[in-house]
Amino acid sequence: MDQKKRIVVVGATSSIAEHCCRLWVQKGPVELILVARNVALAERIATDLRARGGAVDVSVETMDFLSVPAIAEAVARWTTQAPVDIALIAHGVLSPQLPCQEDLARAHEALEVNGVSPVLFAEAFAGAMERAGNGTIALIGSVAGDRGRRANYVYGASKALMDRYAQGLQHRFAATGVKVVLIKPGPTDTPMTAQYKAQGRKLASVESVAEGTVNAIERGTPVAYLPRKWQLIMFVVRNLPNFIFNRLNI
Amino acid sequence: MRPVSSWGRLSAEPHQVVDLSDIAALVDQTRGMGPAIPLGMGRSYGDACLNPGGSLLNTARLDRFHSFDPETGRLVCEAGVQLRDIQRFMLPRGWSLPVIPGTQIVSVGGAIANDVHGKNHHRVGSFGHHVRNLKLVRTDGQAIDCGPGVNPDLFAATVGGIGLTGLIATAELQLQPVAGPWLDTEILPYRSLDEFLTLADDSESLWEHTVSWLDCTAGRRTRGIFLRANPAVDQAGKPPVPSRRAVPVTPPLSLFNRLTLPVFNTLYYHLNAHRGGTKRRPFDTFLFPLDDVQDWNRLYGPRGFYQYQLVVPRDAGPAALRDILDIIAKSGQGSFLAVIKTFGERASPGLLSFPMPGITLSLDFPNRGARTERLFVELDAVVRAAGGRLYLAKDARMPRDLFDAGYPKAPELARFRDPGMSSGMSRRLMGH
Ligand SMILES: Cc1cc2nc3c(=O)[nH]c(=O)nc-3n(C[C@H](O)[C@H](O)[C@H](O)COP(=O)(O)OP(=O)(O)OC[C@H]3O[C@@H](n4cnc5c(N)ncnc54)[C@H](O)[C@@H]3O)c2cc1C
Repeated sequence: MDQKKRIVVVGATSSIAEHCCRLWVQKGPVELILVARNVALAERIATDLRARGGAVDVSVETMDFLSVPAIAEAVARWTTQAPVDIALIAHGVLSPQLPCQEDLARAHEALEVNGVSPVLFAEAFAGAMERAGNGTIALIGSVAGDRGRRANYVYGASKALMDRYAQGLQHRFAATGVKVVLIKPGPTDTPMTAQYKAQGRKLASVESVAEGTVNAIERGTPVAYLPRKWQLIMFVVRNLPNFIFNRLNI
Repeated sequence: MRPVSSWGRLSAEPHQVVDLSDIAALVDQTRGMGPAIPLGMGRSYGDACLNPGGSLLNTARLDRFHSFDPETGRLVCEAGVQLRDIQRFMLPRGWSLPVIPGTQIVSVGGAIANDVHGKNHHRVGSFGHHVRNLKLVRTDGQAIDCGPGVNPDLFAATVGGIGLTGLIATAELQLQPVAGPWLDTEILPYRSLDEFLTLADDSESLWEHTVSWLDCTAGRRTRGIFLRANPAVDQAGKPPVPSRRAVPVTPPLSLFNRLTLPVFNTLYYHLNAHRGGTKRRPFDTFLFPLDDVQDWNRLYGPRGFYQYQLVVPRDAGPAALRDILDIIAKSGQGSFLAVIKTFGERASPGLLSFPMPGITLSLDFPNRGARTERLFVELDAVVRAAGGRLYLAKDARMPRDLFDAGYPKAPELARFRDPGMSSGMSRRLMGH
């Protein structure tokens, strides 16, 4: 009798992902595969999750997130061992705009890490889940993907790629048991955004964003803005006419 | 630099906030720091966790568990873990923290550094009694283990040491087994201080948690509500999910004033006096009723508020309390939440631990500047004469001589201080 939920978390050292895992180990028996570049940190997270949960099984893996064959091999391995219930794809780096403008290599890296790589992971899971007829793919996008802004359009473009991709995947799986969830957090209080906090900006707590993420995954919500207010804010931002938008310093 | 307030919201001075998040990098991040002071959840009311113009070592993200042994109930975790998180994860596994203060939203580091007490002090002592070991990171780059059995002197200085001996990185806590989240609770109205003391004495041997609320707008005609609880013998049923209510904005004035206080207090008294009797309640709604109301400290308005918590020895206690209630009633500056409780006999583990055998009373006062300070001076005199002390976790203003009189072991702390650590409170009470 093995009712353990099987969850693969790509980018497990991301704060939002870590807090999702804390909620999952609290909810019930679960097997977590944490995939991360920083193995030492991922091991500390795994240790924490094992101490918190009773019936939890946590393993840590590392891999090259930008290597296409590595992605294909890893996902194939995870999904053939046993069906994966949830794939949470959470990796990314905050890529400041200026370095991306000044250095093509930085822009390339930002696009690959934040856009191309997550999409390839999702695509690899999509095939396996389609065959299994079951599973949820969750991607952490961003409100920054909703409209290009001078402050962060390279990062935003990578997240926009994810957005259109998720839309297509949802269309493909519309009549099946596979669900695709796109999370769009607003600015969240994580180590990644420490500089915003120092500037005195109000950030959503990572706990609340993780709770929203876990709920959206459970319900299969196609697109979840977190906190919810960003749905309205981004509706306005998307629909501002150019002649107004281009004058705004946002 | 960013403005930081503690729970009393009396000031919002700029601080350099250093967000610690990686336990592995802690020694490097804190070496050579100073003047700095650790910050937990900022639930101290005054300046114990503040360091205007200096650095705060924010531990909120040092929040990982390291190990838990379900056989022995030993938990090792980082100092920024919130007590609420421990309860959330450990209660379903049959274990509980033995000591939790009136709010669960405090960090393990803050609970140790103030050696906090709960409503069961008469049974289990204070938080420090249940710490088996801790790792202290000092600004000179040392990491030192201490506990009742290793470096016991440094341990005694660190428990209740208000952050001055170094940064607590991790702690090993002894949890206690529990059957479940339900408590059988009883509410008893009383109409005099003597009646309270009799109730307290009678309850201590039979009840795990005792606490009482007292209407201090009524002067000597003290009345109040006595609450006591024991873990339910059978634990059927799941606790309801508490609602979250928040205070969204700071009202321009304190909602607690001369007009409203007697009304609030009378209302509270009668509501509970009529509720009376026994009832089964989830432990958190009984023990931490205010945790569901986020940011209730904003109700005191933009000038913030003081909490005045004192303890007086049992013998001198009743007379001192009568004087204190008189002074408050005369001043017209009542307190909505006057909480009174007896402490048990167990000697506190820390040099600066607050609990001592006797009676403790805590009162909230909106900040009305000089008027409030004048009232405190009168209250200080009673506490001093009775041989009592004020609680550092709540204090923002006591004079040095009252500190010296109330904390006779304070000079011993000097040997153990981390020279890189200093706080608003340490400069105010110890000169550096
Ligand atoms: C509603 C409410 C009810 C309360 N009820 C009670 C009660 O019943 N009993 C009781 O005893 N107290 C009570 N308190 C006070 C509270 O328990 C203490 O102030 C507690 O220390 C707060 O913990 P914190 O994590 O917020 O610490 P902070 O307030 O941030 O810091 C407290 C002290 O601990 C030090 N510190 C914090 N983390 C570390 C660390 N990692 N290493 C070294 N030093 C550190 C700080 O420098 C500071 O001196 C209550 C407070 C509130 C707001």
